[in-house]
Amino acid sequence: MEWLVSLVIGVMTASGVYLVLRARTFPLVLGLTLLSYAVNVFLFAMGRLQVGQAAIIRPEATAYTDPLPQALVLTAIVIAFGMTAFLIVLALKARSELGNDHVDGLIYVAEEQANNKNESKSGASS
Amino acid sequence: MNLFAFNLPLIALIPFLGAPLAAYAAKFSRQASAWVAALVTLLSLALLGPIIHLPFDNQTLIQSWSWLPSLGLDFAFRLDGLALLFTLLILLIGLLVILYARYYLSAKDSMGRFFAYLLMFMGSMLGIVLSENLIQLVVFWELTSLTSFLLISYWQHQQDARDGARMALAITGAGGLAMLAGVLLIGHIVGSFNLTEVLAAGDQIRQHDWYLPALVLILLGVFTKSAQFPFHFWLPHAMAAPTPVSAYLHSATMVKAGIFMLARLFPALSGTEAWGWLVGGAGMITMVLGAYTALFKHDLKGLLAYSTISHLGLITLLFGFSTQLAAVAAIFHIINHATFKASLFMVAGIIDHECGTRDMRQVNGLLKYMPHTAVLAMIAASAMAGVPLLNGFLSKEMFFEQAVTATDGNSFMWAIPVLVTIGAIFSVAYSLRFIHDVFFNGEPVGLTKTPHEPPRFMKIPVDILVMLCLGVGIAPMILVAPILSVAVAASLQTTPPEFSLAIWHGLNLPLIMSFIAMGIGAVVYFNRHKLFRWHDETLPRIDARTLFNMFLHGLLVFAGKVSRLFDQGSLQNAVSWVLVTAVVALVFGFSQFDSPLLGDRSLLSVDLLTLAMASVLIVASIITAYMHKRRLVALIIVGVIGLIVSLGFVKFSAPDLALTQLSVEVVTIVLLLLALFFLPQHTPQERSRKRLTRDLILSVTAGVSVMMLAMAVLSRDYAPISDFFIENSKPGGGGTNVVNVILVDFRGFDTLGEIVVLALAGLGIFALLQNLRLPAPMRDIDGREWNHDPHPPIMQTLTRLLFPLMLLVAVFIFLRGHNLPGGGFIAGLIAAVALISQYLANGIDWTNARIKTDMHVVIGLGLMAAVITGIVAMMLSYPFLTSAFTYVKWPIVGKFEIASAMAFDLGVFLVVIGATVLILVELGKLSHASHQVFEQERS
Repeated sequence: MEWLVSLVIGVMTASGVYLVLRARTFPLVLGLTLLSYAVNVFLFAMGRLQVGQAAIIRPEATAYTDPLPQALVLTAIVIAFGMTAFLIVLALKARSELGNDHVDGLIYVAEEQANNKNESKSGASS
Repeated sequence: MNLFAFNLPLIALIPFLGAPLAAYAAKFSRQASAWVAALVTLLSLALLGPIIHLPFDNQTLIQSWSWLPSLGLDFAFRLDGLALLFTLLILLIGLLVILYARYYLSAKDSMGRFFAYLLMFMGSMLGIVLSENLIQLVVFWELTSLTSFLLISYWQHQQDARDGARMALAITGAGGLAMLAGVLLIGHIVGSFNLTEVLAAGDQIRQHDWYLPALVLILLGVFTKSAQFPFHFWLPHAMAAPTPVSAYLHSATMVKAGIFMLARLFPALSGTEAWGWLVGGAGMITMVLGAYTALFKHDLKGLLAYSTISHLGLITLLFGFSTQLAAVAAIFHIINHATFKASLFMVAGIIDHECGTRDMRQVNGLLKYMPHTAVLAMIAASAMAGVPLLNGFLSKEMFFEQAVTATDGNSFMWAIPVLVTIGAIFSVAYSLRFIHDVFFNGEPVGLTKTPHEPPRFMKIPVDILVMLCLGVGIAPMILVAPILSVAVAASLQTTPPEFSLAIWHGLNLPLIMSFIAMGIGAVVYFNRHKLFRWHDETLPRIDARTLFNMFLHGLLVFAGKVSRLFDQGSLQNAVSWVLVTAVVALVFGFSQFDSPLLGDRSLLSVDLLTLAMASVLIVASIITAYMHKRRLVALIIVGVIGLIVSLGFVKFSAPDLALTQLSVEVVTIVLLLLALFFLPQHTPQERSRKRLTRDLILSVTAGVSVMMLAMAVLSRDYAPISDFFIENSKPGGGGTNVVNVILVDFRGFDTLGEIVVLALAGLGIFALLQNLRLPAPMRDIDGREWNHDPHPPIMQTLTRLLFPLMLLVAVFIFLRGHNLPGGGFIAGLIAAVALISQYLANGIDWTNARIKTDMHVVIGLGLMAAVITGIVAMMLSYPFLTSAFTYVKWPIVGKFEIASAMAFDLGVFLVVIGATVLILVELGKLSHASHQVFEQERS
């Protein structure tokens, strides 16, 4: 089971990192969402995996899950939402200010615009 | 409460409190602002009144409060003779400057701003001289740099004022940082930042290996502040400030702060060879260079600025001699210089005011136009030159005597009196120039207006200061000896040496030096035209400002280039740097790790359902990355991942997390869908194959590393700290849901921080979306028109029916949260989903008409509830956010627990609802607006 969870964390991290390295805002936000899942599960797993353990204090319970990582992750989930929301709105603002959704620097944007112009020119001439 | 138990901090803080008052008073009248400033100063003086006798009784008053006890830091103030002398100088000259400025500033200048800045400066200065704690002293020290920046750049429309202010800030601010480092070193050597201990530990400091670095760093602070060579050049450029500022900052107070530090730390640092060379050397060069340059300045204030530099050099040189009598002379000269130089600056301001220029080639023969001012100026300038019967003469004689005797045994000792005399010669020459050029020397040249005497009250401060010059010069033992001797005693930390302030010491070497200086000085002045020509023709022009600006520009360009190396404005680039670093660090860490990767904790067995779910999750993750170009599909798959993660939380005994993840998932997807509407529906193909390969390698490496790391941890046993929480949850926090008790009770302060972040994110998004207009697409990705029946009746009916139920669930989850899975976060999210589904199903207009609550208010109320819960605990003298609980019996419900943590959780609940709904509804409004445009275009 531990291997499975570690694998899941690893795959989510890999996909998240790949998306974070994309050049547009939306995949970036998706990537961060995936990364935050991965981080949350990772943090949660630091309390070790426990199946069917008591989470609530009961007289008959003998062992409990580790509540501390859970409390940490609970707020992390909510904060991740706040962060995602802020980021996506920032992306909208950037789109309205810059007219595009690039995050790979103005140099590349200028290049692409030049390319587009050439393409449309060549298209018109043909 | 005894007011006099904390009047030292009050003396320093009252000007800060008065500053906004002075600015506000200017709304009513210009006069009012000046009155407020003056009254604030008088109030500080009045607070000094009841304790003023203490230094004279040989007592040092210390008032301190614990600040950061873990670091041994106190918020501590100290009143001894030296502090008293400077406090009096700052407050009394401040009072005169306020009176003067009232008449100096023209109707165009903002009175309120001026006096507010001036008061803040005064407070910072008082803070320096009254500080017992050295760190606190440095804080006030930097505050004087900041406030003097504001004062110098007071005429913001003038380029030279802005430049001068920036230069002064850069140099004195940097010096302040050096001084902080020096103070930290001293604190390390002595083991305390309190002056009492530091001053008593002189030998320990001097013998320590770090004495020299500490000394150099502190002297950097001193020399930059007191305009000592080679940092002197900022002071002449600071003359772009209004003249009252120059009179106050650049003669009497701020530039004396550096000197004050020399006097203050004299017992701790002085007496070594390094001190002698550094302090004495800088002082000597500054004194001679300043005096020489002053003679060639045609601008009155320029002359005074360089003269100030020269006199500051003189005082520094005296401290450099390291003898007790030299310290006496230095402190005496501080007083004298403050009086005559402040009055001379005021005269320069009057002349500028009346003539419209300060150029001594134009301003001539003013004696007959303003005889009263002329007499005052002549007396003050004579004091500056060191003419007998004036205060400057006395301290100068003491200085000469020290120059002759203090350096016995040094092979260069003959040079010191010679250099000192040369400095004095120029000093006499420029003083003579000030008198002769301005008040005699023919008629004014090319003035636009006829000068006359200024308003009476503008002269009163000058009258008083000049009177002091005369009084101290004639009767020093009565007027100045008492305060001088307590100041010296405090500076030396011992009984002051015998000194005599007699006017006549007999015909001795110092007196002869004085006569030589006056004689040759007069000769130099009357041959000035030849000298000026020679100076203009032969010496190269070095403009410190150009050099400084070149340096600053170069620094900025260099910094820009360095950061461009790493950051080309590309997020991809920046992120890959971070990731590469993280991966390298991780791989390095693994390779240093000599125990096996896996521990010996027994692993859980895999069941089929979990395996299936995990497989779906893994496939979904890979598909998200692979299909990200089709954005809507990718988003839906991300939703699937989130749901499986929440199922995972159920599986691994974390019901609270599962609930939170589930509800967050809903709002996140709604949010991203709303945003996607305004973004391109798909991502274009990226050009660079190479980059894709690099990213793939990087992401796979990152994934594998994280997996290994997770596995390394998961396969090992550990000793959790959670037992404490589990044991105390019920008896201490009154709840059986430990996760919730941790959130609202044990770690309540963290949670408070988190809801503040959430609230700020909500408000920030609201601000970002204000006036945002985005082009909305007319069709979806496949070219279909949007459905123009956005609110299907079935959905409308259903959500309206469900709404009360959803709210009820939210309340239920909230109430049981302390004992069973639930709580403010989850309940807030559920309630937010309930509200948002109304917006989605029924439209913004319909819902807004029914839910009139402003979400800003909800956020505010939530934060208030949380903070008030904390404060109530404080008022009952428990630490912030301590919670209490009790049980009540309700009819039907039965035994029910009421915990104060519940009020806190209510705050969490409200903030979560407020922020979530605010974010989504604001985003929704945006698309609503674009739909309306769309509809109009259709019809």
